[in-house]
Amino acid sequence: MRQSWWKFLTVGLLLYTLVGGLLLEVPRLPILNETIRALHFHVTMWFGMILMLLVAAWHSVKYLRSNDLKHDDMALEFTNAAILFGVLGIVTGMLWAKFTWGDYWSGDPKQNASAIGLLMYFAYLILRGSLSDAQQRGRIAAVYNLFAFAAFIPLIFVLPRLTDSLHPGNGGNPGFNAYDLDSKLRLVFYPAILAWTLLGTWIATVRVRIRRLEREVEENRIND
Amino acid sequence: MSLSFTAVQAQEKIAVTAADYSNNEVEMADLMRSEGKIYVLVGVIVLIFIGLLAYVIQTDRRVSKLEKVRQTK
Repeated sequence: MRQSWWKFLTVGLLLYTLVGGLLLEVPRLPILNETIRALHFHVTMWFGMILMLLVAAWHSVKYLRSNDLKHDDMALEFTNAAILFGVLGIVTGMLWAKFTWGDYWSGDPKQNASAIGLLMYFAYLILRGSLSDAQQRGRIAAVYNLFAFAAFIPLIFVLPRLTDSLHPGNGGNPGFNAYDLDSKLRLVFYPAILAWTLLGTWIATVRVRIRRLEREVEENRIND
Repeated sequence: MSLSFTAVQAQEKIAVTAADYSNNEVEMADLMRSEGKIYVLVGVIVLIFIGLLAYVIQTDRRVSKLEKVRQTK
């Protein structure tokens, strides 16, 4: 395994997340009951997604400055992993919402905004698929990616806070307003964010390496 | 650390207190825990995680092997 120290860290933190997330003491809150533990699994998906999108946006900038396709690979694969996390986030959120808010989809502002955000990133993949020239695809995708990221952050963080939402920290929410203040939950929550983000990074970097090998095979075929 | 922004202080938070840890009014999976069945669940989830992890590690190793072949060429 390449650069394996942080991969061991990933494994350790994930084991800690799974075991600690299920076994450590949590506050006994109405409505949430034991489902409060989904904090370490559902919410961390979104944190991981956003961190990976940030990495992807950074590589889009680097691509635009250098025209080096390796940055395009990074931007694409970090976005892919982020989308995977986003889909898992929305699905787990729906399941959790069914048992705490009463419905899979309540049209909650943050639910709607994250669905729109995901659609924007699906469009990113479709846009890429529609262009065949690698440099042109890289450039257009990088510009789109920066616009998508710039729209995604206010969609997720700002707009839901300006209106009533069921999500914590957004308008009036009876069940779960204070989770981020509770030190015992943070004991698992913060390592869990790091753990899931590192797992996404691992998957993304393996796929980037495969892409680079594929490109080399392609180039060798042209040169032969 | 609060995740809220200063600009949106309007959303007040209810602090989690020690009483939230010791109350008996809110139903939790206490029976499941006292019977030790929770460890079955932890075991199942950890085993699945280890299985998926082994697969990811194997994939990583395969890519490393290909990278080595390329370098020696």
